[in-house]
Amino acid sequence: MTELALQQYLDFAYIVAVVLFILSLKFLSSPVRAHWGVLAGEIGAALAVGATLLNPEVVQYRWILVTLIIGAGVGVPLGLVHMTAVPQRTALSHAFGALSAAMIGVAEYYVGTAPVTRFQMGEIGLEVIIGSLTFTGSVIAAGKLQEILPQRPIVYRGQNLVSLSVLAGALGLAIALVVNPANTILFPIMVIVALIFGILLVTPIGGADMPTVISLLNSYAGFSAALLGFVLNSKVLVVAGALDGSSGFILSVIMCKAMNRSFTNVMFGAFGQVQASTGGVQEQRTVRSASPEDAAGILAAATRVVIVPGYGMAVAQAQHKVRELYDVLTKKGIDVRFAIHPVAGRMPGHMNVLLAEADIPYDRLIEMDEINGDFPQTDVALVIGANDVTNPAARTDQSSPIFGMPILDVDKAHTVMVIKRSMNPGFAGIDNPLYYLDRTLMLFGDAKSFVNSIVHELSGNAH
Amino acid sequence: MPPDFISNLYVFILAGFVGFEVIRRVSPLLHTPLMSLTNALDAIVVVAAIIIAGRHETRLTTVLGAIAVAASFSNMVGGFLITDRMLRMFKSRGPKKS
Repeated sequence: MTELALQQYLDFAYIVAVVLFILSLKFLSSPVRAHWGVLAGEIGAALAVGATLLNPEVVQYRWILVTLIIGAGVGVPLGLVHMTAVPQRTALSHAFGALSAAMIGVAEYYVGTAPVTRFQMGEIGLEVIIGSLTFTGSVIAAGKLQEILPQRPIVYRGQNLVSLSVLAGALGLAIALVVNPANTILFPIMVIVALIFGILLVTPIGGADMPTVISLLNSYAGFSAALLGFVLNSKVLVVAGALDGSSGFILSVIMCKAMNRSFTNVMFGAFGQVQASTGGVQEQRTVRSASPEDAAGILAAATRVVIVPGYGMAVAQAQHKVRELYDVLTKKGIDVRFAIHPVAGRMPGHMNVLLAEADIPYDRLIEMDEINGDFPQTDVALVIGANDVTNPAARTDQSSPIFGMPILDVDKAHTVMVIKRSMNPGFAGIDNPLYYLDRTLMLFGDAKSFVNSIVHELSGNAH
Repeated sequence: MPPDFISNLYVFILAGFVGFEVIRRVSPLLHTPLMSLTNALDAIVVVAAIIIAGRHETRLTTVLGAIAVAASFSNMVGGFLITDRMLRMFKSRGPKKS
């Protein structure tokens, strides 16, 4: 077989891989057939990797084999993490993806197939900047989600000015390199400046904004891979990067809409800091609290119950206890559903995955827009570890920092019960008028043990 | 401007539209698996990393390529693995209880 013919076979393998990638995403439109998507993706990836190993340009296999084994050795444990660790795992995988794209871009600069032209230099510069900032940004995001770093926003005066100057510095160096690609000393400086910008970009962002940030980093990682495809003239990278980039972009838009905020506000707004000053004067308002026995009694008398899970449920690892509650209520003939806000948790779809892990059927997990109309006919809304997404001030109080954010209308249910550690305001520091309503009962305690006590009461009554 | 740039731009724009249309239809229920699956697909940069490492041009590029192979291949393996695990967890209720 001549080299040209072989090259054409390899290209054909890449085209098949690309088709399989698109099908893979298409299968995700329904949970019934979604697992076919993984299979299609795996076959496509295997085909592309296999074809690449046959590429005549590859002359040395030793390091490839060693690093593939290392990669698998790192990847398998990362694929087996608990569902509660999925947000930080995802951030880490954005970091790996971006690192890989940045490394290849750097390698292309030092040894291209031909001397680097100005045009190529522009492509490489942009690609390496995006890859580098996504790498450090994702590492910081993963650190925050793993709680190695503080989740609260870290802010200082003039922060945005400093961050933007650093970005301008990286872009300026890239432009200088385009003017003179042979100015090799500037290249590593540009990489370092871009790495620093990634750190500055994500440190001021608080935990509650993580769903948007993870989606944005996902998008950046994808677009850096697509840009790498331009640099290397590899269409399979352009397509895979465009798919990943547009996926991350769509998710970021959905997350922003669900918080009624813009990209710039998320990236430069340092949410959660603004409210620190308003917490000073607080009128004393009364709340009604209830015991697990009371809560069990009210739930047992209900016909329709909606459970509203939030990040607090994930922190308390209460999802399996919630499943027991679901089981015992369902057995009594009570209709139990779950109301899922798009930004509940730390990444898009976080609550769905946790509840699915706890074996709750997915047809019981209802999106916000679909379930909101049902709250007036709901006997009990049980809020477990969710706060801002249930705050009625978002509908009514124009002065509230979350005014205009779409919320779950739990305050329209006949009875609202809120499991919460204490009356301390939530992460964003915004007071929630829901807690002071006459129909609201506060259930103070740890989500896991409180739900456990309710389950205990309910199953005791059954005998 | 190299002629390849234009054809790559075509591919990029068309793939972006295809991605937008396909991903728009993904159930919000599966947004977490969507992210891990696109991560695994994006790890296809491993093919470029293999070529950089395998060309064996200079020590620097081989080392950079090798790091890139390990980083992206771990994403590929881990991404498919966790997506598969997650999707197995999504079960419908089956026969409806009374």
